[in-house]
Amino acid sequence: MDAAFFDSYIWPVLVILFQSVLLLVVLLVFVAYILYADRKIFAAVQLRRGPNVVGPWGLLQSFADLLKFVVKEPIIPSGANKGVFLLAPLVAGVLALSAWAVIPVADGWSVADPNLGLLFVFAISSLEVYGIIMGGWASNSKYPFLASLRSAAQMVSYEVSIGFVIITVLLCVGSLNLTDVVYSQQDGLGTRLGVPVNSFLDWHWLALFPMFIIFFISAIAETNRPPFDLPEAESELVAGHMVEYSSTPFLLFFLGEFVAITLMCALTTLLFLGGWLPIIDIAPFNWLPGIFWFVLKGMFVFFCMAMVRSIVPRYRYDQLMRLGWKVFLPISLFMVFITAFVLQFMGWA
Amino acid sequence: MGVAALFFYLFATVTVASAFMVIASRNPVHSVLFLILAFFNAAGLFMLTGAEFLALILIVVYVGAVAVLFLFVVMMLDVDFAEMREGFLQYLPIGGIIGIILLVELIFVLGASFVDPQAASVAVQPIPDLAETSNIKAIGDLLYTRYIFFFQLSGIILLIAMIGAIVLTLSHRTDVKRQNIADQVARDPEEAITMHKVKPGEGI
Repeated sequence: MDAAFFDSYIWPVLVILFQSVLLLVVLLVFVAYILYADRKIFAAVQLRRGPNVVGPWGLLQSFADLLKFVVKEPIIPSGANKGVFLLAPLVAGVLALSAWAVIPVADGWSVADPNLGLLFVFAISSLEVYGIIMGGWASNSKYPFLASLRSAAQMVSYEVSIGFVIITVLLCVGSLNLTDVVYSQQDGLGTRLGVPVNSFLDWHWLALFPMFIIFFISAIAETNRPPFDLPEAESELVAGHMVEYSSTPFLLFFLGEFVAITLMCALTTLLFLGGWLPIIDIAPFNWLPGIFWFVLKGMFVFFCMAMVRSIVPRYRYDQLMRLGWKVFLPISLFMVFITAFVLQFMGWA
Repeated sequence: MGVAALFFYLFATVTVASAFMVIASRNPVHSVLFLILAFFNAAGLFMLTGAEFLALILIVVYVGAVAVLFLFVVMMLDVDFAEMREGFLQYLPIGGIIGIILLVELIFVLGASFVDPQAASVAVQPIPDLAETSNIKAIGDLLYTRYIFFFQLSGIILLIAMIGAIVLTLSHRTDVKRQNIADQVARDPEEAITMHKVKPGEGI
Protein backbone atom coordinates (compact mmCIF):
# COMPACT_ATOMS: atom_id res chain seq x y z
CA MET A 1 0.00 0.00 0.00
CA ASP A 2 1.57 3.29 -1.09
CA ALA A 3 1.72 6.55 0.80
CA ALA A 4 -0.66 8.39 -1.53
CA PHE A 5 -3.46 5.91 -0.82
CA PHE A 6 -2.82 6.29 2.91
CA ASP A 7 -2.88 10.09 2.66
CA SER A 8 -6.01 10.32 0.58
CA TYR A 9 -8.15 7.56 2.11
CA ILE A 10 -6.90 5.93 5.30
CA TRP A 11 -5.82 9.05 7.22
CA PRO A 12 -9.04 11.04 6.55
CA VAL A 13 -11.07 8.03 7.64
CA LEU A 14 -9.11 7.86 10.90
CA VAL A 15 -9.59 11.61 11.49
CA ILE A 16 -13.33 11.41 10.77
CA LEU A 17 -13.61 8.37 13.03
CA PHE A 18 -11.89 10.22 15.88
CA GLN A 19 -14.09 13.32 15.40
CA SER A 20 -17.24 11.21 15.27
CA VAL A 21 -16.40 9.34 18.46
CA LEU A 22 -15.58 12.59 20.23
CA LEU A 23 -18.85 14.17 19.06
CA LEU A 24 -20.78 11.05 20.07
CA VAL A 25 -19.35 10.95 23.59
CA VAL A 26 -19.89 14.67 24.21
CA LEU A 27 -23.39 14.48 22.72
CA LEU A 28 -24.44 11.50 24.82
CA VAL A 29 -23.19 13.08 28.04
CA PHE A 30 -25.06 16.22 27.02
CA VAL A 31 -28.23 14.24 26.37
CA ALA A 32 -27.95 12.69 29.83
CA TYR A 33 -27.90 16.14 31.41
CA ILE A 34 -30.57 17.55 29.09
CA LEU A 35 -32.79 14.73 30.28
CA TYR A 36 -31.96 15.65 33.88
CA ALA A 37 -32.62 19.35 33.17
CA ASP A 38 -35.93 18.48 31.52
CA ARG A 39 -37.08 16.58 34.60
CA LYS A 40 -35.83 19.25 36.99
CA ILE A 41 -37.57 22.07 35.09
CA PHE A 42 -40.77 20.04 34.89
CA ALA A 43 -40.52 19.38 38.63
CA ALA A 44 -39.79 23.01 39.50
CA VAL A 45 -42.86 24.23 37.59
CA GLN A 46 -44.99 21.70 39.50
CA LEU A 47 -43.35 22.60 42.83
CA ARG A 48 -41.72 19.19 43.18
CA ARG A 49 -38.08 18.35 43.79
CA GLY A 50 -37.45 16.16 40.75
CA PRO A 51 -34.62 13.59 40.68
CA ASN A 52 -32.43 14.22 43.74
CA VAL A 53 -31.30 10.86 45.05
CA VAL A 54 -28.57 9.46 42.76
CA GLY A 55 -25.40 11.50 43.15
CA PRO A 56 -25.22 15.10 44.45
CA TRP A 57 -28.50 16.90 43.56
CA GLY A 58 -29.46 13.80 41.56
CA LEU A 59 -26.86 14.63 38.91
CA LEU A 60 -26.18 10.95 38.14
CA GLN A 61 -29.87 10.04 37.71
CA SER A 62 -29.67 9.65 33.91
CA PHE A 63 -26.71 7.27 34.18
CA ALA A 64 -28.55 5.18 36.73
CA ASP A 65 -31.52 5.02 34.35
CA LEU A 66 -29.22 3.97 31.53
CA LEU A 67 -27.74 1.17 33.61
CA LYS A 68 -31.21 0.05 34.63
CA PHE A 69 -32.41 -0.17 31.02
CA VAL A 70 -29.33 -2.02 29.83
CA VAL A 71 -29.41 -4.77 32.48
CA LYS A 72 -33.14 -5.46 32.15
CA GLU A 73 -34.50 -8.27 30.03
CA PRO A 74 -35.49 -7.34 26.48
CA ILE A 75 -38.92 -8.81 25.79
CA ILE A 76 -40.06 -9.43 22.23
CA PRO A 77 -43.82 -10.08 21.98
CA SER A 78 -44.59 -13.44 20.38
CA GLY A 79 -46.83 -11.89 17.73
CA ALA A 80 -44.28 -9.24 16.82
CA ASN A 81 -42.46 -9.07 13.51
CA LYS A 82 -39.07 -9.72 15.07
CA GLY A 83 -36.74 -8.20 12.49
CA VAL A 84 -38.65 -4.95 12.07
CA PHE A 85 -39.33 -4.81 15.82
CA LEU A 86 -35.61 -4.72 16.60
CA LEU A 87 -34.72 -2.58 13.57
CA ALA A 88 -37.10 0.24 14.57
CA PRO A 89 -35.26 1.51 17.70
CA LEU A 90 -31.95 1.25 15.84
CA VAL A 91 -33.36 3.41 13.05
CA ALA A 92 -34.65 5.94 15.57
CA GLY A 93 -31.34 6.13 17.44
CA VAL A 94 -28.92 6.08 14.51
CA LEU A 95 -30.81 8.59 12.35
CA ALA A 96 -30.98 11.17 15.11
CA LEU A 97 -27.26 10.84 15.80
CA SER A 98 -26.21 10.90 12.14
CA ALA A 99 -27.65 14.36 11.51
CA TRP A 100 -25.22 15.78 14.09
CA ALA A 101 -22.35 15.04 11.71
CA VAL A 102 -23.01 18.24 9.75
CA ILE A 103 -23.85 20.59 12.64
CA PRO A 104 -21.05 23.16 13.09
CA VAL A 105 -20.83 23.75 16.85
CA ALA A 106 -18.24 26.50 16.36
CA ASP A 107 -16.47 27.98 13.35
CA GLY A 108 -15.24 24.92 11.40
CA TRP A 109 -16.03 22.51 14.23
CA SER A 110 -18.09 19.88 12.44
CA VAL A 111 -17.35 16.36 11.26
CA ALA A 112 -18.43 17.34 7.74
CA ASP A 113 -19.44 20.68 6.24
CA PRO A 114 -21.25 19.81 2.99
CA ASN A 115 -22.73 22.38 0.61
CA LEU A 116 -26.25 21.19 1.34
CA GLY A 117 -25.87 20.69 5.09
CA LEU A 118 -29.23 22.25 5.90
CA LEU A 119 -31.02 20.01 3.40
CA PHE A 120 -29.19 17.00 4.84
CA VAL A 121 -30.45 17.77 8.35
CA PHE A 122 -33.96 18.31 6.96
CA ALA A 123 -33.80 14.97 5.12
CA ILE A 124 -32.64 13.13 8.23
CA SER A 125 -35.28 14.73 10.43
CA SER A 126 -37.94 13.78 7.90
CA LEU A 127 -36.82 10.16 8.24
CA GLU A 128 -37.16 10.05 12.01
CA VAL A 129 -40.81 9.11 11.63
CA TYR A 130 -39.73 5.66 10.41
CA GLY A 131 -38.56 4.53 13.82
CA ILE A 132 -42.02 5.23 15.20
CA ILE A 133 -43.98 3.76 12.28
CA MET A 134 -41.89 0.60 12.10
CA GLY A 135 -41.94 0.11 15.87
CA GLY A 136 -45.69 0.67 16.06
CA TRP A 137 -46.48 -1.72 13.24
CA ALA A 138 -44.03 -4.46 14.26
CA SER A 139 -45.33 -4.55 17.84
CA ASN A 140 -48.57 -6.13 16.56
CA SER A 141 -50.58 -4.40 19.23
CA LYS A 142 -53.30 -1.79 18.94
CA TYR A 143 -51.93 1.13 20.98
CA PRO A 144 -48.54 1.21 19.24
CA PHE A 145 -50.29 0.90 15.90
CA LEU A 146 -52.57 3.86 16.59
CA ALA A 147 -49.51 5.81 17.71
CA SER A 148 -47.67 5.05 14.50
CA LEU A 149 -50.64 6.19 12.39
CA ARG A 150 -50.86 9.40 14.36
CA SER A 151 -47.17 10.15 14.15
CA ALA A 152 -47.06 9.47 10.42
CA ALA A 153 -49.69 12.13 9.80
CA GLN A 154 -48.28 14.55 12.38
CA MET A 155 -44.66 14.51 11.32
CA VAL A 156 -45.43 14.71 7.60
CA SER A 157 -47.70 17.71 8.26
CA TYR A 158 -45.19 19.70 10.26
CA GLU A 159 -42.34 18.93 7.88
CA VAL A 160 -44.17 21.04 5.32
CA SER A 161 -43.97 24.18 7.43
CA ILE A 162 -40.38 23.41 8.49
CA GLY A 163 -39.56 23.12 4.79
CA PHE A 164 -41.01 26.57 4.10
CA VAL A 165 -39.11 28.06 7.04
CA ILE A 166 -35.92 26.59 5.62
CA ILE A 167 -36.78 28.12 2.24
CA THR A 168 -37.10 31.62 3.74
CA VAL A 169 -33.74 31.21 5.48
CA LEU A 170 -32.30 29.93 2.20
CA LEU A 171 -33.62 33.05 0.44
CA CYS A 172 -31.87 35.31 2.97
CA VAL A 173 -28.62 33.35 3.01
CA GLY A 174 -28.31 32.24 -0.61
CA SER A 175 -26.70 28.96 0.46
CA LEU A 176 -27.66 25.76 2.23
CA ASN A 177 -24.26 25.41 3.86
CA LEU A 178 -24.72 25.71 7.63
CA THR A 179 -21.50 27.70 8.10
CA ASP A 180 -22.72 30.21 5.49
CA VAL A 181 -26.06 30.37 7.27
CA VAL A 182 -24.31 31.51 10.45
CA TYR A 183 -21.95 33.94 8.71
CA SER A 184 -24.83 35.59 6.87
CA GLN A 185 -26.21 36.53 10.30
CA GLN A 186 -23.06 38.44 11.21
CA ASP A 187 -24.26 41.58 9.46
CA GLY A 188 -27.97 41.12 8.93
CA LEU A 189 -30.96 43.34 9.55
CA GLY A 190 -29.48 45.33 12.47
CA THR A 191 -26.41 46.44 10.53
CA ARG A 192 -28.49 47.31 7.48
CA LEU A 193 -30.76 49.46 9.61
CA GLY A 194 -27.72 51.30 11.03
CA VAL A 195 -26.80 49.57 14.32
CA PRO A 196 -23.00 50.26 14.56
CA VAL A 197 -21.95 46.97 16.21
CA ASN A 198 -22.70 43.45 15.01
CA SER A 199 -25.12 42.19 17.62
CA PHE A 200 -28.06 39.90 18.26
CA LEU A 201 -30.22 42.29 16.23
CA ASP A 202 -28.47 40.97 13.12
CA TRP A 203 -29.63 37.41 13.61
CA HIS A 204 -32.51 35.96 11.65
CA TRP A 205 -34.86 35.73 14.63
CA LEU A 206 -35.63 39.43 14.24
CA ALA A 207 -35.67 39.65 10.46
CA LEU A 208 -37.80 36.52 10.09
CA PHE A 209 -39.66 36.79 13.36
CA PRO A 210 -42.91 34.93 12.52
CA MET A 211 -40.86 32.15 10.95
CA PHE A 212 -38.80 31.83 14.12
CA ILE A 213 -41.96 31.15 16.12
CA ILE A 214 -43.33 28.77 13.48
CA PHE A 215 -40.04 26.90 13.39
CA PHE A 216 -39.91 26.62 17.17
CA ILE A 217 -43.44 25.22 17.39
CA SER A 218 -42.94 22.93 14.40
CA ALA A 219 -39.70 21.66 15.95
CA ILE A 220 -41.65 20.69 19.06
CA ALA A 221 -44.26 18.93 16.92
CA GLU A 222 -41.60 17.24 14.80
CA THR A 223 -39.88 15.76 17.86
CA ASN A 224 -43.20 14.64 19.40
CA ARG A 225 -42.66 16.73 22.50
CA PRO A 226 -45.56 17.88 24.67
CA PRO A 227 -47.95 19.63 23.92
CA PHE A 228 -47.78 17.71 20.62
CA ASP A 229 -46.81 14.30 22.01
CA LEU A 230 -49.89 12.61 20.56
CA PRO A 231 -48.01 9.50 19.37
CA GLU A 232 -47.29 8.72 23.00
CA ALA A 233 -50.15 10.42 24.80
CA GLU A 234 -50.17 8.35 27.98
CA SER A 235 -53.77 9.08 28.89
CA GLU A 236 -54.99 7.60 25.60
CA LEU A 237 -52.28 5.29 24.27
CA VAL A 238 -50.37 4.17 27.40
CA ALA A 239 -46.92 4.90 25.93
CA GLY A 240 -47.74 4.97 22.23
CA HIS A 241 -45.24 3.30 19.94
CA MET A 242 -43.08 2.25 22.90
CA VAL A 243 -45.69 0.15 24.74
CA GLU A 244 -44.19 -3.22 23.82
CA TYR A 245 -40.57 -2.13 24.15
CA SER A 246 -38.38 -2.80 27.13
CA SER A 247 -34.73 -2.72 28.06
CA THR A 248 -32.15 -1.54 25.48
CA PRO A 249 -34.58 -1.17 22.53
CA PHE A 250 -36.65 1.19 24.68
CA LEU A 251 -33.49 3.03 25.69
CA LEU A 252 -32.62 3.50 22.01
CA PHE A 253 -36.05 5.00 21.30
CA PHE A 254 -35.68 7.29 24.27
CA LEU A 255 -32.18 8.28 23.26
CA GLY A 256 -33.24 8.90 19.65
CA GLU A 257 -36.03 11.16 20.83
CA PHE A 258 -33.75 13.27 23.01
CA VAL A 259 -30.96 13.44 20.43
CA ALA A 260 -33.59 14.64 17.95
CA ILE A 261 -34.56 17.33 20.47
CA THR A 262 -30.95 18.50 20.86
CA LEU A 263 -30.71 18.49 17.06
CA MET A 264 -33.75 20.74 16.76
CA CYS A 265 -32.32 23.07 19.44
CA ALA A 266 -29.03 23.22 17.53
CA LEU A 267 -30.87 23.86 14.28
CA THR A 268 -32.91 26.70 15.81
CA THR A 269 -29.65 28.16 17.12
CA LEU A 270 -27.97 27.94 13.73
CA LEU A 271 -30.90 29.22 11.67
CA PHE A 272 -32.23 31.99 13.87
CA LEU A 273 -29.95 32.71 16.82
CA GLY A 274 -26.65 33.24 15.04
CA GLY A 275 -24.97 29.90 15.83
CA TRP A 276 -21.64 30.53 17.54
CA LEU A 277 -21.69 34.33 17.08
CA PRO A 278 -21.34 36.35 20.30
CA ILE A 279 -24.38 38.24 21.51
CA ILE A 280 -22.68 41.61 20.91
CA ASP A 281 -19.41 41.78 18.99
CA ILE A 282 -17.49 43.89 21.56
CA ALA A 283 -14.73 43.25 24.07
CA PRO A 284 -15.77 40.90 26.88
CA PHE A 285 -18.27 38.97 24.76
CA ASN A 286 -16.16 38.14 21.71
CA TRP A 287 -13.28 36.82 23.86
CA LEU A 288 -15.38 33.79 24.71
CA PRO A 289 -14.98 30.85 22.31
CA GLY A 290 -17.74 30.14 19.77
CA ILE A 291 -18.67 26.80 21.33
CA PHE A 292 -19.65 28.61 24.54
CA TRP A 293 -22.18 30.78 22.71
CA PHE A 294 -23.48 27.85 20.69
CA VAL A 295 -24.10 25.74 23.80
CA LEU A 296 -25.60 28.69 25.67
CA LYS A 297 -28.08 29.44 22.89
CA GLY A 298 -28.91 25.77 22.46
CA MET A 299 -29.60 25.48 26.18
CA PHE A 300 -31.80 28.57 26.03
CA VAL A 301 -33.89 27.04 23.24
CA PHE A 302 -34.12 23.79 25.19
CA PHE A 303 -35.21 25.68 28.30
CA CYS A 304 -38.03 27.28 26.27
CA MET A 305 -39.06 23.82 25.00
CA ALA A 306 -39.05 22.43 28.54
CA MET A 307 -41.16 25.35 29.77
CA VAL A 308 -43.64 24.82 26.94
CA ARG A 309 -43.81 21.16 27.92
CA SER A 310 -44.57 21.91 31.53
CA ILE A 311 -47.00 24.79 31.00
CA VAL A 312 -49.10 24.04 27.90
CA PRO A 313 -51.74 21.27 27.98
CA ARG A 314 -51.75 18.64 25.26
CA TYR A 315 -53.44 19.44 21.95
CA ARG A 316 -56.32 17.42 20.63
CA TYR A 317 -55.50 15.64 17.37
CA ASP A 318 -57.81 17.71 15.13
CA GLN A 319 -56.43 20.92 16.70
CA LEU A 320 -52.92 19.74 15.90
CA MET A 321 -53.80 19.10 12.27
CA ARG A 322 -55.62 22.41 12.01
CA LEU A 323 -52.59 24.27 13.37
CA GLY A 324 -50.28 22.58 10.89
CA TRP A 325 -52.34 22.83 7.71
CA LYS A 326 -54.65 25.80 8.21
CA VAL A 327 -52.45 28.16 10.25
CA PHE A 328 -48.76 27.44 9.71
CA LEU A 329 -48.92 26.46 6.05
CA PRO A 330 -50.65 29.65 4.80
CA ILE A 331 -48.54 31.91 7.05
CA SER A 332 -45.26 30.32 6.02
CA LEU A 333 -46.20 30.32 2.32
CA PHE A 334 -47.10 33.99 2.58
CA MET A 335 -43.85 34.72 4.41
CA VAL A 336 -41.82 33.04 1.66
CA PHE A 337 -43.49 35.41 -0.79
CA ILE A 338 -42.96 38.49 1.44
CA THR A 339 -39.32 37.61 2.12
CA ALA A 340 -38.55 37.13 -1.56
CA PHE A 341 -40.33 40.40 -2.37
CA VAL A 342 -38.48 42.41 0.30
CA LEU A 343 -35.10 40.95 -0.66
CA GLN A 344 -35.69 41.79 -4.31
CA PHE A 345 -37.18 45.22 -3.65
CA MET A 346 -34.47 46.36 -1.22
CA GLY A 347 -31.72 44.85 -3.34
CA TRP A 348 -30.48 42.68 -0.43
CA ALA A 349 -30.68 39.40 -2.34
CA MET B 1 -10.40 0.16 -9.00
CA GLY B 2 -11.06 3.43 -7.25
CA VAL B 3 -13.08 3.91 -4.11
CA ALA B 4 -15.79 5.68 -6.15
CA ALA B 5 -16.18 2.59 -8.35
CA LEU B 6 -16.34 0.40 -5.28
CA PHE B 7 -19.15 2.51 -3.87
CA PHE B 8 -20.92 2.56 -7.23
CA TYR B 9 -21.00 -1.25 -7.33
CA LEU B 10 -22.09 -1.39 -3.69
CA PHE B 11 -24.99 1.04 -4.18
CA ALA B 12 -25.98 -0.44 -7.54
CA THR B 13 -26.00 -4.02 -6.23
CA VAL B 14 -28.06 -3.14 -3.19
CA THR B 15 -30.47 -1.07 -5.32
CA VAL B 16 -31.11 -3.94 -7.71
CA ALA B 17 -31.31 -6.53 -4.93
CA SER B 18 -33.75 -4.49 -2.84
CA ALA B 19 -35.81 -3.64 -5.94
CA PHE B 20 -36.10 -7.37 -6.53
CA MET B 21 -37.08 -7.92 -2.90
CA VAL B 22 -39.86 -5.31 -3.29
CA ILE B 23 -41.72 -7.68 -5.62
CA ALA B 24 -40.44 -10.93 -4.07
CA SER B 25 -41.15 -10.44 -0.36
CA ARG B 26 -44.35 -11.96 0.98
CA ASN B 27 -45.25 -9.19 3.40
CA PRO B 28 -46.30 -5.88 1.76
CA VAL B 29 -44.84 -3.85 4.64
CA HIS B 30 -41.49 -5.51 4.04
CA SER B 31 -41.91 -4.61 0.36
CA VAL B 32 -42.26 -0.93 1.23
CA LEU B 33 -39.26 -1.11 3.57
CA PHE B 34 -37.18 -2.63 0.75
CA LEU B 35 -38.45 0.11 -1.54
CA ILE B 36 -37.08 2.63 0.96
CA LEU B 37 -33.74 0.86 0.94
CA ALA B 38 -33.77 1.05 -2.87
CA PHE B 39 -34.48 4.82 -2.67
CA PHE B 40 -31.58 5.28 -0.28
CA ASN B 41 -29.15 3.50 -2.56
CA ALA B 42 -30.42 5.42 -5.58
CA ALA B 43 -29.72 8.59 -3.58
CA GLY B 44 -26.21 7.23 -2.97
CA LEU B 45 -25.78 6.79 -6.72
CA PHE B 46 -26.91 10.39 -7.30
CA MET B 47 -24.42 11.50 -4.68
CA LEU B 48 -21.62 9.69 -6.54
CA THR B 49 -22.40 11.51 -9.79
CA GLY B 50 -22.27 14.85 -7.95
CA ALA B 51 -26.02 15.49 -8.04
CA GLU B 52 -26.19 16.05 -4.28
CA PHE B 53 -29.34 18.18 -4.43
CA LEU B 54 -31.24 15.49 -6.32
CA ALA B 55 -29.99 12.87 -3.88
CA LEU B 56 -31.26 14.77 -0.83
CA ILE B 57 -34.54 15.74 -2.51
CA LEU B 58 -35.06 12.09 -3.38
CA ILE B 59 -34.73 11.25 0.29
CA VAL B 60 -36.87 14.16 1.53
CA VAL B 61 -39.69 13.71 -0.96
CA TYR B 62 -39.78 10.00 -1.70
CA VAL B 63 -38.53 8.46 1.52
CA GLY B 64 -39.66 11.17 3.92
CA ALA B 65 -43.14 11.75 2.51
CA VAL B 66 -44.28 9.42 -0.28
CA ALA B 67 -43.02 6.18 1.27
CA VAL B 68 -44.48 7.19 4.65
CA LEU B 69 -47.89 7.46 3.00
CA PHE B 70 -47.32 4.14 1.20
CA LEU B 71 -46.50 2.53 4.52
CA PHE B 72 -49.52 4.24 6.07
CA VAL B 73 -51.85 2.77 3.44
CA VAL B 74 -50.24 -0.68 3.35
CA MET B 75 -50.40 -1.01 7.14
CA MET B 76 -54.07 0.01 7.14
CA LEU B 77 -55.08 -2.39 4.36
CA ASP B 78 -56.25 -5.82 5.32
CA VAL B 79 -54.61 -7.66 2.44
CA ASP B 80 -55.23 -11.31 1.81
CA PHE B 81 -51.80 -12.50 0.69
CA ALA B 82 -52.94 -15.85 -0.71
CA GLU B 83 -55.46 -14.11 -2.93
CA MET B 84 -52.82 -11.68 -4.15
CA ARG B 85 -50.53 -14.56 -5.15
CA GLU B 86 -53.24 -16.33 -7.16
CA GLY B 87 -53.23 -14.10 -10.21
CA PHE B 88 -49.45 -13.91 -10.38
CA LEU B 89 -48.94 -16.18 -13.39
CA GLN B 90 -51.94 -14.73 -15.17
CA TYR B 91 -50.55 -11.18 -15.04
CA LEU B 92 -46.93 -12.20 -15.64
CA PRO B 93 -47.03 -11.80 -19.47
CA ILE B 94 -48.51 -8.27 -19.34
CA GLY B 95 -46.10 -7.19 -16.61
CA GLY B 96 -43.21 -8.75 -18.49
CA ILE B 97 -44.11 -6.92 -21.72
CA ILE B 98 -44.31 -3.57 -19.90
CA GLY B 99 -40.95 -4.28 -18.27
CA ILE B 100 -39.34 -5.14 -21.61
CA ILE B 101 -40.77 -1.97 -23.24
CA LEU B 102 -39.29 0.15 -20.43
CA LEU B 103 -35.95 -1.63 -20.77
CA VAL B 104 -35.87 -1.06 -24.54
CA GLU B 105 -36.72 2.63 -24.06
CA LEU B 106 -33.92 3.00 -21.53
CA ILE B 107 -31.49 1.33 -23.93
CA PHE B 108 -32.60 3.69 -26.72
CA VAL B 109 -32.09 6.78 -24.59
CA LEU B 110 -28.86 5.81 -22.85
CA GLY B 111 -27.35 3.81 -25.70
CA ALA B 112 -27.93 6.47 -28.36
CA SER B 113 -24.53 8.04 -27.89
CA PHE B 114 -22.84 4.70 -28.55
CA VAL B 115 -24.67 4.21 -31.85
CA ASP B 116 -24.50 7.81 -32.99
CA PRO B 117 -21.76 9.98 -31.41
CA GLN B 118 -23.64 13.15 -32.40
CA ALA B 119 -26.63 12.27 -30.25
CA ALA B 120 -24.89 13.41 -27.08
CA SER B 121 -24.48 16.96 -28.44
CA VAL B 122 -28.25 17.27 -28.92
CA ALA B 123 -28.86 16.65 -25.20
CA VAL B 124 -29.49 19.85 -23.25
CA GLN B 125 -26.69 20.93 -20.94
CA PRO B 126 -27.26 23.06 -17.84
CA ILE B 127 -26.25 26.69 -18.29
CA PRO B 128 -23.88 27.82 -16.88
CA ASP B 129 -21.81 24.69 -16.78
CA LEU B 130 -22.02 22.60 -13.60
CA ALA B 131 -18.33 23.22 -12.94
CA GLU B 132 -19.01 26.94 -12.47
CA THR B 133 -22.24 26.94 -10.52
CA SER B 134 -23.75 24.95 -7.70
CA ASN B 135 -26.34 22.22 -8.06
CA ILE B 136 -29.23 24.27 -6.71
CA LYS B 137 -28.48 27.30 -8.89
CA ALA B 138 -28.31 25.14 -12.04
CA ILE B 139 -31.61 23.41 -11.25
CA GLY B 140 -33.25 26.69 -10.25
CA ASP B 141 -32.13 28.30 -13.50
CA LEU B 142 -33.50 25.42 -15.55
CA LEU B 143 -36.81 25.10 -13.71
CA TYR B 144 -37.70 28.68 -12.93
CA THR B 145 -36.13 30.57 -15.83
CA ARG B 146 -35.71 28.44 -18.91
CA TYR B 147 -38.65 26.10 -18.49
CA ILE B 148 -40.89 28.27 -16.32
CA PHE B 149 -43.89 27.69 -18.61
CA PHE B 150 -43.70 23.90 -18.38
CA PHE B 151 -43.06 24.12 -14.68
CA GLN B 152 -46.11 26.29 -14.08
CA LEU B 153 -48.20 24.07 -16.34
CA SER B 154 -47.30 20.91 -14.44
CA GLY B 155 -47.97 22.80 -11.21
CA ILE B 156 -51.47 23.71 -12.40
CA ILE B 157 -52.14 20.11 -13.48
CA LEU B 158 -51.11 18.87 -10.05
CA LEU B 159 -53.26 21.53 -8.38
CA ILE B 160 -56.29 20.46 -10.41
CA ALA B 161 -55.63 16.82 -9.55
CA MET B 162 -55.39 17.75 -5.86
CA ILE B 163 -58.59 19.78 -5.91
CA GLY B 164 -60.33 16.93 -7.75
CA ALA B 165 -59.24 14.40 -5.13
CA ILE B 166 -60.42 16.68 -2.32
CA VAL B 167 -63.79 17.34 -3.98
CA LEU B 168 -64.35 13.62 -4.55
CA THR B 169 -63.62 12.61 -0.97
CA LEU B 170 -64.95 15.61 0.94
CA SER B 171 -68.21 14.93 2.69
CA HIS B 172 -69.65 17.12 5.37
CA ARG B 173 -71.34 15.00 7.96
CA THR B 174 -74.03 16.89 9.75
CA ASP B 175 -74.30 14.52 12.71
CA VAL B 176 -70.79 15.31 13.94
CA LYS B 177 -70.17 18.12 16.39
CA ARG B 178 -67.47 20.43 15.10
CA GLN B 179 -65.44 23.03 16.89
CA ASN B 180 -65.52 26.51 15.43
CA ILE B 181 -62.19 27.95 16.49
CA ALA B 182 -63.24 31.58 15.90
CA ASP B 183 -66.34 31.14 18.11
CA GLN B 184 -64.25 29.37 20.71
CA VAL B 185 -61.69 32.17 20.87
CA ALA B 186 -64.35 34.87 20.88
CA ARG B 187 -66.10 33.36 23.91
CA ASP B 188 -66.27 35.68 26.83
CA PRO B 189 -66.32 34.43 30.44
CA GLU B 190 -68.97 37.06 31.24
CA GLU B 191 -71.43 35.36 28.87
CA ALA B 192 -70.27 31.79 29.21
CA ILE B 193 -70.66 31.61 32.97
CA THR B 194 -73.74 32.52 34.93
CA MET B 195 -73.56 32.70 38.71
CA HIS B 196 -76.41 31.35 40.76
CA LYS B 197 -76.91 31.62 44.45
CA VAL B 198 -78.21 28.24 45.44
CA LYS B 199 -80.10 27.99 48.67
CA PRO B 200 -79.52 24.76 50.60
CA GLY B 201 -82.19 22.14 49.97
CA GLU B 202 -83.89 24.01 47.10
CA GLY B 203 -81.69 23.68 44.04
CA ILE B 204 -81.82 26.05 41.09
